[in-house]
Amino acid sequence: MSRFLKISLFAGFSFLYIPIFILIFYSFNASKRGAVWGGFSTEWYGKLLQDQQILDAAWISFKVAFLSASGAVIIGTLAAVVLVRMGKFRGRSMFSGLVSAPLVMPEVITGISLLLLFISFKEFLGWPQQRGIATIVIAHTTFTAAFVVLVVQSRLYALDKSLEEASADLGATPFETFFYVTVPIIAPSLAAGWMLAFILSFDDLVIASFTSGPGSTTLPMLIYSKVKIAVSPDVNALATIIVVSISLVIAALAIFAFKNQKQEH
Amino acid sequence: MKRFLSLFSKDSLGKKTIIGIPYIWFLIFFLLPLFYVLKISFSESIIASPPIAPLFEYDGDEQTLISTLRLSNYGYLIEDNLYLLAYLSSIKIAFFSTLITLLIGYPMALAITRANKRLQLALLLLVMLPFFTSLLIRVYAWIGILRTDGTINTILMFIGVIDEPIVLLQTEFAMYLGIVYAYLPFMILPLYAALEKQDKSLLEAARDLGASPAIAFLTVTLPASVSGIVAGCMLVFIPAVGEFVIPSLLGGESTLMIGRVLWDEFFANRDWPVASAVAIVMLAILIIPIMLFQNQQAKSSGE
Repeated sequence: MSRFLKISLFAGFSFLYIPIFILIFYSFNASKRGAVWGGFSTEWYGKLLQDQQILDAAWISFKVAFLSASGAVIIGTLAAVVLVRMGKFRGRSMFSGLVSAPLVMPEVITGISLLLLFISFKEFLGWPQQRGIATIVIAHTTFTAAFVVLVVQSRLYALDKSLEEASADLGATPFETFFYVTVPIIAPSLAAGWMLAFILSFDDLVIASFTSGPGSTTLPMLIYSKVKIAVSPDVNALATIIVVSISLVIAALAIFAFKNQKQEH
Repeated sequence: MKRFLSLFSKDSLGKKTIIGIPYIWFLIFFLLPLFYVLKISFSESIIASPPIAPLFEYDGDEQTLISTLRLSNYGYLIEDNLYLLAYLSSIKIAFFSTLITLLIGYPMALAITRANKRLQLALLLLVMLPFFTSLLIRVYAWIGILRTDGTINTILMFIGVIDEPIVLLQTEFAMYLGIVYAYLPFMILPLYAALEKQDKSLLEAARDLGASPAIAFLTVTLPASVSGIVAGCMLVFIPAVGEFVIPSLLGGESTLMIGRVLWDEFFANRDWPVASAVAIVMLAILIIPIMLFQNQQAKSSGE
């Protein structure tokens, strides 16, 4: 590797990681004031555990992320199977467009469009009477499913088609083939897709802000409203907990995937 | 022949169901909502809940349907300079951020492909961790660094480079920094995917035939990574144009971005029809980049 590439790699990673380390560092700062170091303290972590507002929002975010990820795996896996295994059918190019557009769609557009949909549903169908966890889950399921498609799709392409063909030749219906043959083989990528969807949903501020209702303030919404007012050490502590736990989960997943890959070869 | 016959068998019902479920889901919860935005962008804002006048009203006395379809929201976008400036500045900021992200991300992606297999996985993991970490938190981290009593100013004053703290937060600089920082992983991952597929012997052949490293890069490596460049740039540019969190937390009042304008129109002014018109125009601007991205996706998944 040339020297230039090494330096840019090092500089790039420093740029990506130093801000996070500074954030973690200051979450242990006893002083409330800015960059002044007032000694080591875990005071802010203790305060978090007593903050009912934060605990409530975290619980709502967990529920939303759990349900959205589960929905996204179902929708996303079906969509990936359609794209990889179903060959040509009428409306295929529109379908692949529908599935990939949410990956890049600006969040404010997704957010406002779903809110207007829910408002009109309420008018014509009488549901949802009030926006809340259910509406956020529908919104998150849709945009995170697009990411699940990416993960599952790449696994399906790498997968040997002959097993599914054998199952079909032996008289299994597409449903039986799907549930008894395809799903068990792609299970690891379903787990990875679920985790990815969970994290994306847990992190989302903008779409949740549009589709939530009274009493369904998610954790990012609460953090945003706190951050808008001032930088506070308890947000540093909260952010540290989120960053560290997400990193641990991703690292564990990556090691798992790596081991899996090695076994196959 | 067998495949042809299967079209008429009972199996095709199963196939239709498998296609139908995700298809209908995305039609209802992705495409249909966009048409509602279009519809609302033609209606009037009223003080009610929801604050939108119906597009058609039934007049009981005359027994006729009255259309209240309005183009006024779009007229409003043209009349008030604020919107035009916000669109232009969003495109400008997104464009240059994408360019900077590409310039930083390309050598990083290339460097990762040149590492040995084991190290590659570790480096990729290092790129993916920030990708998965909350955008809100990563942007928030910069507030603590950039503000007047933040890390940078404290260090600079301590070593005596400056006497007075300099204003870094709520500037255009902070916005560029935030966007490049937040979207860098989105650039590196597709670039890596494209560069990794490349046949390394081609590069060796070019070098053996006497091409300088620069010529070999320009004639072999770069052309073969165009798909990654397009995908990465679109993954950064499109969301960046409509970005809300970064301008809201790092940008100042003077740095206009359309995502933030839409948000304020919606939440602060409660003018949903104007917010919808803002969204429709944004979508119209982004439709070509989005189609470029989709073409790229279709091509790379067809391989």
